[in-house]
Amino acid sequence: MIYWDLFMGFLKVGCFSFGGAYGAIPLIRDVVLSYGWLSEETLTDMIAVSESTPGPIMVNLATYVGSSQAGFLGALIATFAVVLPAFIIILLVMALLKTALKNKYVQAVLQGLKPCIVGIILATGCTMALNYGVLPAFRENGDMRPLILTAGLAFLYFGSRKALKKGLSPIGLILLSACAGFLTYGYV
Amino acid sequence: MLLTLFLTFARIGLFTFGGGYAMISLIENICVKQKQWITHDDMMNVTVIAESTPGPIAINCATFVGYRQKGIAGALAATFGVILPSFVIIYTISVFLDSFLEIVWIANAFKGIRIAVGILIVDVGAKMFLKMPKKPLPCAILAGAFAAMLLINFSSFKFSTISLMLVAAAVSLAVFLLKGAPEAKGGEKP
Repeated sequence: MIYWDLFMGFLKVGCFSFGGAYGAIPLIRDVVLSYGWLSEETLTDMIAVSESTPGPIMVNLATYVGSSQAGFLGALIATFAVVLPAFIIILLVMALLKTALKNKYVQAVLQGLKPCIVGIILATGCTMALNYGVLPAFRENGDMRPLILTAGLAFLYFGSRKALKKGLSPIGLILLSACAGFLTYGYV
Repeated sequence: MLLTLFLTFARIGLFTFGGGYAMISLIENICVKQKQWITHDDMMNVTVIAESTPGPIAINCATFVGYRQKGIAGALAATFGVILPSFVIIYTISVFLDSFLEIVWIANAFKGIRIAVGILIVDVGAKMFLKMPKKPLPCAILAGAFAAMLLINFSSFKFSTISLMLVAAAVSLAVFLLKGAPEAKGGEKP
């Protein structure tokens, strides 16, 4: 049943998303693609929308996936499931297990998880950059435009950080890339 | 008090763009400086706890502050408050997004946006990597996870992301048990 799948899928995400929103994106991607709920493109679009709207990115993605699959009730269930583990774990840590996180075995597990998550995030980012930016140039019709867009956007994003004090914000980059996409591919 | 908690966190939820870490500075500003619900040290502690526990960091912080003020009911009020604005906004967007994406120029804009999302994720990963201690075991786990994840994404090899994390946790724990400290060097990635 879709409600049950949504609940279990996002409960898993909520239980394993160490390292903030970007640590959750690979997990959500895994769940969403393995159930066939969204295409990779739609999920990526929604990551951009979540980054540009207020609130925790993980909650935004859960609400969207739930809503797209099973309407309002689906959105409620997915959001509830993604939040539940964090809520319970903090209460447990505060009420009962004040020293649990300092336990050496817990620390050993966390020290293994952290680099693993960094590797997973980097690989997910590279996969998306390759899929959308680089690989189209090597397919049959050889569309070079994504490659040029990628090089230009990466240059502006990282270059602005060197040239200016604060650099371009993530939302700034998303807006810029929207204009670039619009200018490159046209409006009809 | 419950209503105050709810409204305060609803305001925090409504005005933070860019996810959890952006929210921490706003929570610090409101809950530590203005309302003096918790101390700066509490805030530092909850940030450390949030980084070691799963789930959205904003939820961790809201639950913590709410529980301190009014127990379980307070934790519920604050958590509900921080979620509600984004739930309403995203639900509204989700109703319109599909027809919105059928407009050609918007779909074209999203072709550019997808590339930006890839760049943003690589950037976040790179920043986390730079902050990480450069010891042999974490670096080996990182390299192993990176390679395994690329293999999963670009071949028909099936292995869930969560299983990958469990393997990394098991390797780290095994090295700790064998060598006595997580900082001990060595350790092979399967």
